[in-house]
Amino acid sequence: MTRGSVRREVRIARPAGEVWARIGDPARVQDWFVGIVDSTVDGTSRVVITGSGIPMPEEIVTCDDLQRRFQYRITAGLVREHLSTLDVHDLGDGTSLVVYSCDADPATMALVIGGAAGSALEQLRTTMEGQR
Amino acid sequence: MARKILLVTTDQQRYDTLGCNGGTLARTPVVDRLASEGIRYERAIPQSVVCMPSRSTILTGQHPSTHGVWMNGVPLPVGAPSVASTLHDAGYRTALVGKPHFQPFLDPFLRFEENALARTGTVPRGGTHRGFEHLELATHTAAGPLHYARWLAEHHPEAVGMFYAVLDSQLEVNAAGGGDTGAPQVHVNPIERSWYHTDWVADRTIAWLDSLGAADDWFCWMSFPDPHHPWDPPQSEIGRIDWRDVPLPDGYPQSREERERILDAKPRHWRLWYDGTLVSNYEAPAAWVPATLTDDQVREVNARNAVECELIDEALGRVLAAIDARGWGDEVDVIFTTDHGELQGDFGLLFKGPYHVDGLMRLPLVWRPASSAGVAPSVVSHPVGLVGLAATCCEIAGVDVPAYVEAPALPLSDGDGRAPERVLTEWDSELFGVGVHLRTVTRDGWVCTAYAPGTVHDGTEGELYDLADDPLQRANRWDDAACRAQRDDLLDDLRVSLPPPRSPRLQLEAPV
Repeated sequence: MTRGSVRREVRIARPAGEVWARIGDPARVQDWFVGIVDSTVDGTSRVVITGSGIPMPEEIVTCDDLQRRFQYRITAGLVREHLSTLDVHDLGDGTSLVVYSCDADPATMALVIGGAAGSALEQLRTTMEGQR
Repeated sequence: MARKILLVTTDQQRYDTLGCNGGTLARTPVVDRLASEGIRYERAIPQSVVCMPSRSTILTGQHPSTHGVWMNGVPLPVGAPSVASTLHDAGYRTALVGKPHFQPFLDPFLRFEENALARTGTVPRGGTHRGFEHLELATHTAAGPLHYARWLAEHHPEAVGMFYAVLDSQLEVNAAGGGDTGAPQVHVNPIERSWYHTDWVADRTIAWLDSLGAADDWFCWMSFPDPHHPWDPPQSEIGRIDWRDVPLPDGYPQSREERERILDAKPRHWRLWYDGTLVSNYEAPAAWVPATLTDDQVREVNARNAVECELIDEALGRVLAAIDARGWGDEVDVIFTTDHGELQGDFGLLFKGPYHVDGLMRLPLVWRPASSAGVAPSVVSHPVGLVGLAATCCEIAGVDVPAYVEAPALPLSDGDGRAPERVLTEWDSELFGVGVHLRTVTRDGWVCTAYAPGTVHDGTEGELYDLADDPLQRANRWDDAACRAQRDDLLDDLRVSLPPPRSPRLQLEAPV
């Protein structure tokens, strides 16, 4: 297997707009994604720095405030091909469902990236729900 | 002053690799002597046959269902119970030197504490991590963020590239072969012996012990990464054992027909893996097809493995000599074991996976109590689990066994009345669309494994072996009508005895 697909989701007891405000800004990814320590955004290009000091150049594919959808590709480094999609769904009861989907080649990186995102979302949920 | 504790673990070491257990390939006089002075266990069983769940069991004294590390890649929560914390709270100085693997290694984000620690030193933020006040960490290679890799890169950078590349370009476990036979994960490593991780683990253990006061009580978990593959011991040492002289394992099926007949009597994932059509877990090289394994490759793997076992034995000897030199010789309990076994040619297979047979399930375990304890040497034939190690350490320390621990201390003899009635082993893996789930009970001379529904099993398959009549587990008696009552009794016992699964289930966060 060379390609893998991983999905992680978390329900957050906060309105979708509030959640999107925290995670929809590509320049603030280091504020919620544990293991990313810095980022710079230039148009549709973003470079994040991981906790181990690895620069990860990315292409921002989608940043849609109406759909509350963010998509990006890692364009160099440990992956040959990659697309991650972050969706924030309004569940209609003042809560939201955040879904992070990662497709990558090699498959191992889908799990590494998706696993890290899932852990980050769990911590985001704890933080945001604790702020009520 | 209490008894001090040296817990020695290796990684992926078979029962029959020690001289005291009848092994004839590796010379292991140090562990053999510990066994002659202490208690040798003839059937020590892990609660998981992969690293992270098994190591989590050693630390917590809990089964995988309870601590929640259900497969490699699932991190043990930092706040999980820990026998090291219990001992530290009781006044023990505590250290972990060598391989931890309570959190995933594949971590480019460096978000796991054990991977990040080497950047800042050996003392964790907050004073302890899982109860250890000192951590110097290593794994099987010179790559990665751990202390050994950083030390090697700083002091001997020319040696970093000498090791086998554990992962391939696909970030899968590497299938590339080497040595004389092209066996997978065999590699000629020209590194100087004193730079190799086995000696480094011993050196750093001795250095930590030297830092302690004479009256300190201490608990040190010395955790060797070997003899886990890759089989790349220092080249200077591989001449100890000529692979051409190595016998094939007992019961090794040399003909393809015999191998396939044996495998076909087991649940279907055995044969599917052998044929290369299903790789159910990350720990085995995805690109390697077991059916291609040759007799000579088995010989060479076992020769290299035996060299690694000898180096561990010698390194342990140096540590014990250092302990004696400190004047602690009569006050130290030494426990020697491993986290799980290795197939190493059994059934024509290598590595590990969802296969609950002796190669992976029967482990070396020796406990040499401090001579001051006055415990008589013995051999325990009754099955015991690694889950009992946490309580054993508490008992040695004179500390009440905490409520979080799920098993009593190890028996001192077959007749002391505290051997467990049964030992449980679990396997769960779910990786890229392939799920496999095993639950095993070892009791009354039988090993019974039930398969829950998964990708290739429908919930009706299983394995049943009579350890007395079939010590190599070649004949699966699951469907043998003559054994039906025995099987059903064991299955009932399994259902009643398994702890309930942790809820919510911990997330898989990396492949390993």
